[in-house]
Amino acid sequence: MSLLYKNVKQLIYDIDNFIDTVEQGVLVFKEGVINYLNDEKTSFADKIERIDRLEASADKLQRAIDDKFYRHSILPQNVSDIEGMLDQIDEIIDISKDNLYQFDDELPFFPQEIIPDYIRLADTSVEAALSVFPALRAFFREPVKVRDMLNKVYFYEKETDKIARDIKRSLFHDYKDLKLSQKIHLRYFALHIETISDKAESLADTLSILALKMSI
Amino acid sequence: MIILFYLSSGLFLGWSLGANDAANVFGTAVGSRMIRFKTAAITASIFVILGAVIQGAGASHTLGKLGSVSTIAAAFTVALSAALTVYWMTRMGLPVSTSQAIVGAILGWNFYTENPTDLNILLKIVTTWVSGPVLGGVFAILLFILVKRLNKRTKIHLLYRDSYIRFGLLFVGAFGAYSLGANNIANVMGVFTTAVDLPVIDLGFVSLSSTQQLFFIGGLAIAAGIITYSKHVMETVGNTLMPLTPDAAIVVVLSQALVLFIFSSQTLSSALQSIGLPPIPLVPVSSSQIVIGSIIGIGLYKGGKEIKYNVLGSISLGWLATPLVAGIVAFFMLFFVNNVFKKDVGEREVTGNSMEVVQDSVTMDNTLVMGRSDTLTGQHAEPSSGNLPSTAPHDISYSWFVSLVLFIGLVLLIYFLRVRKKKMDELRRELQTLEERYRMEIQNLEKKYVEKMHRQVDLGKELKFRQNEMVTMAMSIIHKNEFLNSLKDEIVKIKANVKDPEVRMGLNKLSLMITQDLSIDRDREKFQMHISEQNSSFIHRLTEAFPTMTDNEKRLASLLRLNLSSKEIASILNISPKSVEMNRYRLRKKLKVDPKVSLSDFIRNF
Repeated sequence: MSLLYKNVKQLIYDIDNFIDTVEQGVLVFKEGVINYLNDEKTSFADKIERIDRLEASADKLQRAIDDKFYRHSILPQNVSDIEGMLDQIDEIIDISKDNLYQFDDELPFFPQEIIPDYIRLADTSVEAALSVFPALRAFFREPVKVRDMLNKVYFYEKETDKIARDIKRSLFHDYKDLKLSQKIHLRYFALHIETISDKAESLADTLSILALKMSI
Repeated sequence: MIILFYLSSGLFLGWSLGANDAANVFGTAVGSRMIRFKTAAITASIFVILGAVIQGAGASHTLGKLGSVSTIAAAFTVALSAALTVYWMTRMGLPVSTSQAIVGAILGWNFYTENPTDLNILLKIVTTWVSGPVLGGVFAILLFILVKRLNKRTKIHLLYRDSYIRFGLLFVGAFGAYSLGANNIANVMGVFTTAVDLPVIDLGFVSLSSTQQLFFIGGLAIAAGIITYSKHVMETVGNTLMPLTPDAAIVVVLSQALVLFIFSSQTLSSALQSIGLPPIPLVPVSSSQIVIGSIIGIGLYKGGKEIKYNVLGSISLGWLATPLVAGIVAFFMLFFVNNVFKKDVGEREVTGNSMEVVQDSVTMDNTLVMGRSDTLTGQHAEPSSGNLPSTAPHDISYSWFVSLVLFIGLVLLIYFLRVRKKKMDELRRELQTLEERYRMEIQNLEKKYVEKMHRQVDLGKELKFRQNEMVTMAMSIIHKNEFLNSLKDEIVKIKANVKDPEVRMGLNKLSLMITQDLSIDRDREKFQMHISEQNSSFIHRLTEAFPTMTDNEKRLASLLRLNLSSKEIASILNISPKSVEMNRYRLRKKLKVDPKVSLSDFIRNF
């Protein structure tokens, strides 16, 4: 009994750690975007390095969690659902890292006037992702409360969509001096930032279904 | 050894009980991989034996009151009849219970030996067949409410909850196995307790009576059934019988264990009596039927929509069919054993009081062993003692009449059961055909859906490619026109400083050529043709909706669809951006676009 209890304790610790790591990754992404937009090169390079480390750590933790779930046959009836959910959580940090690297690789040019809009976009998109983490933690303790906690995610996701649409529209309508290629390039960066909230929304959908399943 | 031969029918019954009924206790736990089969089998085996030896006497005593099968040959025949009935009815796919089969077989013995059946005891037993599942259902509802409330109030981590459920299933399973042994051992060894008398074994710290030794052997047979065959049942029948969540499984197994415990606990019965309440009837009850009762209880609590009420019909049929078939089989087998093998199968009790247990036990003395050896060697056996007649003490003609009636009854019952089975088989086949048909239809639809999805994805890719192509073409035209315009400006600047008329003429010619190229641009024409081709369906839709649209307006709409700005469109069409703005305004009016909606959005979504 003590062996199983010890394994469960370690697994709970790993899951909490995994969620914390992804949450930190999302925050680092936001800071990284702001650093890039404000042309703070050193801080941006530091964020790239940090998100790289956090992503590697999240992958390692996810593998350890997978291993424990299957080796000790924990929650055998729901293990595939939970594994799917953990994959979706991991996808958030993966995409955050990829997007930050895209800033580093492609060095997009942002006109000064549009920077506040992009900061707002990053802030709202990341807020959507951050709102899913408390619900994730509640899922393991009080599944019945999960649905109420996910309202914020849906709200921020819609807000992100709206801001991204406004940015794209403004890029093609108001910035006459920009080349089409630049507009298209910037449009893609709005899309990249927006993806974080889309992934958070998809995770929220999975989470609410799973919570309902667990509370029946 | 001869004792073991006679016990073999009981041991077979025990083996099949272990193989089938262990799934009621650990089926969900093993089926859902919450507990390993090895752990479940060891736990169930130990606790079944403990339950049988410690608490098995109560239910067995009641069976003894119903009919004290007084000779070992009769006990063997009665147990074999019950075992064959269970086997045959299981093969026929009919609901069957060991508890009901053994009661029917004892009644068959009573009837054959003309011993009166105590109707009070019979009523008591039959009542428990009904009250067992009902009580199981009541317990299940109460426990389910309790578990639900506990789940709501406690904020246990999902993974800790999983490990608690795991241990809960193991503990409740152990209790279930204990109760199963205590209650159902009577089915396996109950008929032998009055016929076999073994010497007491003193182990120093505990002594085992003859009954306890028999129950221990029966417990071993049940354990053998659990270890050798229950895994298969747990993985197949166990799961289909109880497709439950682990929480609900704990509730069902605990309800079943409580009911079995109640109907086998002498201590509890005595405690109730001591406070002036009626005693609990200590009767072997069917664990499967209690499980069904418990599941129905949970189903009723949840609203009753998921309950398959035909299961209740099956249980009721089992209550009638099992004892009847077992009774008839026992009657004929006793007749056969008595008349063909000339074995003593018991006699009418002298006192006429069925409440008194006949202590006509077989002892292990030499005379008895010799008598049985004779039988085995094919010689006619002589009565081993003077008071045991070799034939049943009843009139032959009466016996034949009863036999005939019973035989007709049996044939009719078999006929009806076969008809029912045939009907069920037909229904099952129809259901399978329907399932197969729907599965094929679903597969076809899924295939079509996937094909359509692929087609859509391909079309999407093609569209994107075409759009990119057009954008690239537009960009190259824009750049070329920009370049030509700047070249023209440069020529004008150079011309202003040049005095030589020939050079000026040459420059004028060059400027004219550029202007001509700008106005008659083949690339642009090609691009416009391309645009018209690509947007043919869009232009067709536009023309249908707004028949008054001009070609220029249609061209402008096609360019707006590409998300190009006025400046870019101006460059492509070689007109000023102001003209483009004016054309946009006119187009907007013609298309009657809401002032709040952007023209580009309107065109893109058209």
